[in-house]
Amino acid sequence: MTLVPYFVLGTTFGFILVEAEVVSWFRIQEMFRFDAFHMYGIIGTAVVTAAIALLIIKRLAMRASDGRPLGFAPKTLGSGVRYVAGGSLFGLGWAMTGACPGPLVALVGAGVPVMAVAVLSALVGTWTYASLRPKLPH
Amino acid sequence: MHPLPWYIAGPLIGLVVPALLLLGNKPFGISSSFGHICSMISPGRFSFRESHQGGGWNLAFLLGIFVGAVAAWQFAPPPNLALSPATVAALHRLGLTDLSGLAPHEVFTWSALFTLKGFAAIVVGGFLVGFGTAYAGGCTSGHAIAGLADLQLPSLLAVCGFFAGGLAATYFVLPVILR
Repeated sequence: MTLVPYFVLGTTFGFILVEAEVVSWFRIQEMFRFDAFHMYGIIGTAVVTAAIALLIIKRLAMRASDGRPLGFAPKTLGSGVRYVAGGSLFGLGWAMTGACPGPLVALVGAGVPVMAVAVLSALVGTWTYASLRPKLPH
Repeated sequence: MHPLPWYIAGPLIGLVVPALLLLGNKPFGISSSFGHICSMISPGRFSFRESHQGGGWNLAFLLGIFVGAVAAWQFAPPPNLALSPATVAALHRLGLTDLSGLAPHEVFTWSALFTLKGFAAIVVGGFLVGFGTAYAGGCTSGHAIAGLADLQLPSLLAVCGFFAGGLAATYFVLPVILR
Protein backbone atom coordinates (compact mmCIF):
# COMPACT_ATOMS: atom_id res chain seq x y z
CA MET A 1 0.00 0.00 0.00
CA THR A 2 2.84 2.36 0.83
CA LEU A 3 4.01 2.00 -2.77
CA VAL A 4 0.82 3.41 -4.30
CA PRO A 5 1.87 7.09 -4.08
CA TYR A 6 5.12 6.28 -5.92
CA PHE A 7 3.15 4.46 -8.60
CA VAL A 8 0.80 7.45 -9.02
CA LEU A 9 3.74 9.88 -9.19
CA GLY A 10 5.43 7.63 -11.76
CA THR A 11 2.23 7.54 -13.83
CA THR A 12 2.11 11.34 -13.90
CA PHE A 13 5.79 11.50 -14.83
CA GLY A 14 5.37 8.94 -17.63
CA PHE A 15 2.34 10.81 -19.00
CA ILE A 16 4.30 14.08 -19.09
CA LEU A 17 7.30 12.41 -20.76
CA VAL A 18 5.08 11.33 -23.68
CA GLU A 19 2.98 14.52 -23.95
CA ALA A 20 6.09 16.76 -23.92
CA GLU A 21 7.67 14.41 -26.52
CA VAL A 22 10.70 13.90 -24.27
CA VAL A 23 10.48 10.22 -25.25
CA SER A 24 10.93 11.05 -28.94
CA TRP A 25 14.12 9.82 -30.60
CA PHE A 26 13.79 12.83 -32.93
CA ARG A 27 13.64 15.36 -30.08
CA ILE A 28 16.86 13.88 -28.65
CA GLN A 29 18.48 14.32 -32.07
CA GLU A 30 17.29 17.96 -32.14
CA MET A 31 18.92 18.42 -28.75
CA PHE A 32 22.29 16.87 -29.65
CA ARG A 33 22.31 18.83 -32.92
CA PHE A 34 21.47 22.07 -31.05
CA ASP A 35 18.59 22.66 -33.49
CA ALA A 36 15.81 23.33 -30.98
CA PHE A 37 15.39 24.78 -27.50
CA HIS A 38 12.61 22.39 -26.41
CA MET A 39 14.71 19.78 -24.52
CA TYR A 40 17.03 22.41 -23.02
CA GLY A 41 13.98 24.35 -21.83
CA ILE A 42 12.56 21.24 -20.16
CA ILE A 43 15.77 20.11 -18.45
CA GLY A 44 16.72 23.69 -17.54
CA THR A 45 13.39 24.61 -15.92
CA ALA A 46 13.24 21.19 -14.22
CA VAL A 47 16.65 21.84 -12.62
CA VAL A 48 15.71 25.37 -11.52
CA THR A 49 12.34 24.23 -10.11
CA ALA A 50 13.97 21.34 -8.23
CA ALA A 51 16.75 23.62 -6.94
CA ILE A 52 14.25 26.13 -5.55
CA ALA A 53 12.25 23.32 -3.94
CA LEU A 54 15.41 21.87 -2.36
CA LEU A 55 16.34 25.31 -1.05
CA ILE A 56 12.90 25.69 0.58
CA ILE A 57 13.13 22.20 2.08
CA LYS A 58 16.55 23.04 3.55
CA ARG A 59 15.42 26.47 4.79
CA LEU A 60 12.47 24.90 6.61
CA ALA A 61 14.79 22.15 7.96
CA MET A 62 12.17 19.56 7.00
CA ARG A 63 12.65 16.06 8.32
CA ALA A 64 11.45 12.59 7.40
CA SER A 65 9.39 10.47 9.81
CA ASP A 66 12.62 8.81 10.98
CA GLY A 67 13.99 12.22 11.98
CA ARG A 68 16.59 12.48 9.21
CA PRO A 69 16.69 15.73 7.25
CA LEU A 70 15.04 15.59 3.80
CA GLY A 71 17.60 15.69 1.02
CA PHE A 72 20.26 13.74 -0.83
CA ALA A 73 23.35 12.06 0.51
CA PRO A 74 26.33 13.87 -1.09
CA LYS A 75 27.91 11.84 -3.89
CA THR A 76 31.54 10.90 -3.38
CA LEU A 77 33.76 12.42 -6.06
CA GLY A 78 36.70 10.00 -5.86
CA SER A 79 38.90 10.38 -8.90
CA GLY A 80 35.83 11.43 -10.88
CA VAL A 81 36.58 8.81 -13.54
CA ARG A 82 33.33 6.94 -12.99
CA TYR A 83 31.27 10.07 -13.71
CA VAL A 84 33.13 11.06 -16.86
CA ALA A 85 33.61 7.54 -18.27
CA GLY A 86 30.26 6.14 -17.18
CA GLY A 87 28.54 9.35 -18.22
CA SER A 88 30.12 9.25 -21.69
CA LEU A 89 29.14 5.61 -22.21
CA PHE A 90 25.57 6.42 -21.18
CA GLY A 91 25.63 9.46 -23.50
CA LEU A 92 26.52 7.21 -26.45
CA GLY A 93 23.59 4.95 -25.59
CA TRP A 94 21.29 7.94 -25.04
CA ALA A 95 21.83 9.25 -28.58
CA MET A 96 21.73 5.77 -30.16
CA THR A 97 18.48 4.63 -28.54
CA GLY A 98 17.17 8.20 -28.39
CA ALA A 99 16.11 7.52 -24.82
CA CYS A 100 17.40 7.69 -21.28
CA PRO A 101 16.12 5.05 -18.81
CA GLY A 102 12.66 6.55 -18.10
CA PRO A 103 11.76 7.14 -21.76
CA LEU A 104 13.21 3.72 -22.67
CA VAL A 105 10.56 2.08 -20.48
CA ALA A 106 7.87 4.60 -21.55
CA LEU A 107 8.43 3.88 -25.26
CA VAL A 108 7.62 0.17 -24.78
CA GLY A 109 4.08 1.31 -23.99
CA ALA A 110 4.02 4.23 -26.42
CA GLY A 111 4.02 2.56 -29.80
CA VAL A 112 7.63 1.29 -29.90
CA PRO A 113 7.31 -2.21 -28.36
CA VAL A 114 10.73 -3.33 -29.66
CA MET A 115 12.22 -1.04 -26.99
CA ALA A 116 11.52 -3.92 -24.59
CA VAL A 117 14.67 -5.46 -26.09
CA ALA A 118 16.60 -2.27 -25.31
CA VAL A 119 15.33 -2.40 -21.71
CA LEU A 120 16.48 -6.04 -21.40
CA SER A 121 19.82 -5.05 -22.92
CA ALA A 122 20.10 -2.20 -20.40
CA LEU A 123 19.54 -4.71 -17.58
CA VAL A 124 22.33 -6.87 -19.03
CA GLY A 125 24.50 -3.72 -19.15
CA THR A 126 23.81 -2.95 -15.49
CA TRP A 127 24.54 -6.58 -14.63
CA THR A 128 27.80 -6.45 -16.57
CA TYR A 129 28.87 -3.32 -14.71
CA ALA A 130 28.25 -5.04 -11.38
CA SER A 131 30.44 -7.96 -12.50
CA LEU A 132 33.28 -5.76 -13.77
CA ARG A 133 33.04 -3.23 -10.96
CA PRO A 134 36.15 -4.35 -9.00
CA LYS A 135 38.27 -4.00 -12.15
CA LEU A 136 37.02 -0.55 -13.21
CA PRO A 137 38.53 2.78 -12.10
CA HIS A 138 36.16 4.89 -9.99
CA MET B 1 -1.62 20.77 -26.93
CA HIS B 2 1.44 19.14 -28.52
CA PRO B 3 4.05 19.10 -27.54
CA LEU B 4 3.29 20.05 -23.96
CA PRO B 5 5.33 23.32 -23.83
CA TRP B 6 8.74 23.15 -22.17
CA TYR B 7 7.79 25.82 -19.62
CA ILE B 8 5.00 23.57 -18.33
CA ALA B 9 6.64 20.14 -18.68
CA GLY B 10 10.00 21.23 -17.18
CA PRO B 11 8.68 22.65 -13.87
CA LEU B 12 6.29 19.68 -13.48
CA ILE B 13 9.20 17.26 -13.92
CA GLY B 14 11.26 19.34 -11.49
CA LEU B 15 8.51 19.03 -8.87
CA VAL B 16 8.94 15.23 -8.88
CA VAL B 17 12.19 15.83 -6.92
CA PRO B 18 10.56 17.44 -3.82
CA ALA B 19 7.50 15.17 -4.18
CA LEU B 20 9.68 12.06 -3.73
CA LEU B 21 11.48 13.67 -0.78
CA LEU B 22 8.18 14.57 0.90
CA LEU B 23 6.70 11.12 0.24
CA GLY B 24 9.55 9.19 1.83
CA ASN B 25 12.89 11.00 1.51
CA LYS B 26 13.61 9.18 -1.77
CA PRO B 27 16.15 10.48 -4.30
CA PHE B 28 14.78 11.06 -7.82
CA GLY B 29 16.52 8.63 -10.18
CA ILE B 30 15.30 6.09 -12.71
CA SER B 31 18.44 4.09 -13.50
CA SER B 32 18.72 2.83 -9.90
CA SER B 33 15.65 0.70 -10.60
CA PHE B 34 17.72 -1.25 -13.19
CA GLY B 35 20.16 -2.14 -10.42
CA HIS B 36 17.22 -2.98 -8.20
CA ILE B 37 15.75 -5.41 -10.75
CA CYS B 38 19.18 -7.04 -11.16
CA SER B 39 19.52 -7.41 -7.40
CA MET B 40 16.12 -9.10 -7.26
CA ILE B 41 17.34 -11.65 -9.79
CA SER B 42 20.76 -12.11 -8.19
CA PRO B 43 20.84 -10.92 -4.57
CA GLY B 44 24.17 -10.08 -3.02
CA ARG B 45 25.82 -9.11 -6.24
CA PHE B 46 24.43 -5.62 -6.44
CA SER B 47 25.61 -3.87 -3.36
CA PHE B 48 27.07 -1.07 -5.49
CA ARG B 49 24.33 1.42 -4.69
CA GLU B 50 25.53 3.50 -1.79
CA SER B 51 22.28 4.45 -0.13
CA HIS B 52 18.50 4.50 -0.26
CA GLN B 53 18.51 1.14 -1.97
CA GLY B 54 15.89 -0.50 0.20
CA GLY B 55 12.30 -0.94 -0.82
CA GLY B 56 10.46 -1.37 -4.05
CA TRP B 57 9.46 2.27 -4.40
CA ASN B 58 11.60 2.75 -7.51
CA LEU B 59 9.98 -0.26 -9.17
CA ALA B 60 6.51 1.11 -8.33
CA PHE B 61 7.65 4.43 -9.86
CA LEU B 62 9.03 2.65 -12.95
CA LEU B 63 5.81 0.66 -13.41
CA GLY B 64 3.96 3.97 -13.10
CA ILE B 65 6.06 5.48 -15.91
CA PHE B 66 5.05 2.57 -18.16
CA VAL B 67 1.35 2.84 -17.29
CA GLY B 68 1.39 6.64 -17.67
CA ALA B 69 3.03 6.28 -21.09
CA VAL B 70 0.41 3.72 -22.17
CA ALA B 71 -2.37 6.09 -21.03
CA ALA B 72 -0.83 9.03 -22.88
CA TRP B 73 -0.35 6.95 -26.02
CA GLN B 74 -3.92 5.62 -25.93
CA PHE B 75 -5.80 8.78 -25.02
CA ALA B 76 -3.66 11.68 -26.28
CA PRO B 77 -0.97 10.41 -28.66
CA PRO B 78 1.39 13.09 -29.96
CA PRO B 79 0.66 13.86 -33.63
CA ASN B 80 3.48 14.01 -36.17
CA LEU B 81 6.21 16.06 -34.57
CA ALA B 82 6.94 19.60 -35.69
CA LEU B 83 10.68 19.05 -35.93
CA SER B 84 13.32 21.67 -36.59
CA PRO B 85 13.94 21.86 -40.40
CA ALA B 86 17.70 21.58 -39.76
CA THR B 87 17.22 18.27 -37.91
CA VAL B 88 14.85 16.99 -40.61
CA ALA B 89 17.45 17.79 -43.29
CA ALA B 90 20.25 16.15 -41.28
CA LEU B 91 18.21 12.97 -40.69
CA HIS B 92 17.26 12.79 -44.39
CA ARG B 93 20.98 13.01 -45.22
CA LEU B 94 21.55 10.06 -42.88
CA GLY B 95 19.07 8.07 -44.94
CA LEU B 96 16.02 8.23 -42.68
CA THR B 97 12.90 8.97 -44.74
CA ASP B 98 10.06 8.19 -42.32
CA LEU B 99 10.14 10.70 -39.45
CA SER B 100 6.67 9.90 -38.10
CA GLY B 101 6.01 8.46 -34.65
CA LEU B 102 8.30 8.65 -31.64
CA ALA B 103 11.26 6.72 -33.12
CA PRO B 104 12.34 6.04 -36.72
CA HIS B 105 10.44 3.04 -38.15
CA GLU B 106 13.47 2.15 -40.25
CA VAL B 107 15.42 1.35 -37.07
CA PHE B 108 13.08 0.64 -34.13
CA THR B 109 10.89 -2.25 -35.33
CA TRP B 110 11.04 -6.01 -34.75
CA SER B 111 12.02 -6.60 -38.38
CA ALA B 112 14.87 -4.04 -38.15
CA LEU B 113 16.18 -5.60 -34.93
CA PHE B 114 18.23 -8.09 -36.94
CA THR B 115 19.76 -5.53 -39.28
CA LEU B 116 23.03 -3.77 -38.41
CA LYS B 117 21.37 -0.43 -37.62
CA GLY B 118 18.53 -1.95 -35.61
CA PHE B 119 20.84 -4.20 -33.59
CA ALA B 120 23.34 -1.38 -32.96
CA ALA B 121 20.71 1.18 -31.91
CA ILE B 122 18.53 -1.15 -29.84
CA VAL B 123 20.82 -3.84 -28.38
CA VAL B 124 24.17 -2.02 -28.23
CA GLY B 125 22.54 1.33 -27.38
CA GLY B 126 20.42 -0.25 -24.64
CA PHE B 127 23.48 -2.02 -23.19
CA LEU B 128 25.40 1.28 -23.06
CA VAL B 129 22.47 2.97 -21.29
CA GLY B 130 22.41 0.27 -18.60
CA PHE B 131 26.20 -0.04 -18.25
CA GLY B 132 26.91 3.70 -18.40
CA THR B 133 24.23 4.75 -15.90
CA ALA B 134 25.31 2.07 -13.42
CA TYR B 135 28.97 3.11 -13.79
CA ALA B 136 28.13 6.82 -13.49
CA GLY B 137 25.72 6.17 -10.63
CA GLY B 138 22.79 7.93 -12.27
CA CYS B 139 21.14 9.13 -15.46
CA THR B 140 19.32 12.22 -16.68
CA SER B 141 16.97 12.20 -13.68
CA GLY B 142 19.48 11.42 -10.93
CA HIS B 143 22.42 13.48 -12.19
CA ALA B 144 21.16 16.07 -14.73
CA ILE B 145 18.04 17.05 -12.77
CA ALA B 146 18.33 16.05 -9.09
CA GLY B 147 22.15 16.18 -8.85
CA LEU B 148 22.55 19.54 -10.61
CA ALA B 149 19.66 21.01 -8.58
CA ASP B 150 21.52 19.89 -5.43
CA LEU B 151 24.72 21.53 -6.78
CA GLN B 152 26.71 18.29 -6.70
CA LEU B 153 30.01 18.47 -8.59
CA PRO B 154 30.01 14.71 -9.49
CA SER B 155 26.68 15.26 -11.27
CA LEU B 156 28.12 18.13 -13.32
CA LEU B 157 30.98 15.84 -14.40
CA ALA B 158 28.46 13.14 -15.30
CA VAL B 159 26.33 15.56 -17.35
CA CYS B 160 29.46 16.69 -19.25
CA GLY B 161 30.04 13.00 -19.98
CA PHE B 162 26.42 12.55 -21.13
CA PHE B 163 26.89 15.30 -23.68
CA ALA B 164 30.35 14.18 -24.80
CA GLY B 165 28.95 10.70 -25.46
CA GLY B 166 25.74 11.99 -27.04
CA LEU B 167 27.59 14.29 -29.43
CA ALA B 168 30.04 11.53 -30.36
CA ALA B 169 27.16 9.15 -31.12
CA THR B 170 25.25 11.80 -33.08
CA TYR B 171 28.14 12.88 -35.28
CA PHE B 172 30.33 9.75 -35.50
CA VAL B 173 28.31 6.62 -34.62
CA LEU B 174 24.86 7.25 -36.12
CA PRO B 175 26.26 8.23 -39.57
CA VAL B 176 28.06 4.87 -39.69
CA ILE B 177 25.32 2.57 -38.42
CA LEU B 178 22.44 4.23 -40.30
CA ARG B 179 24.06 3.68 -43.67
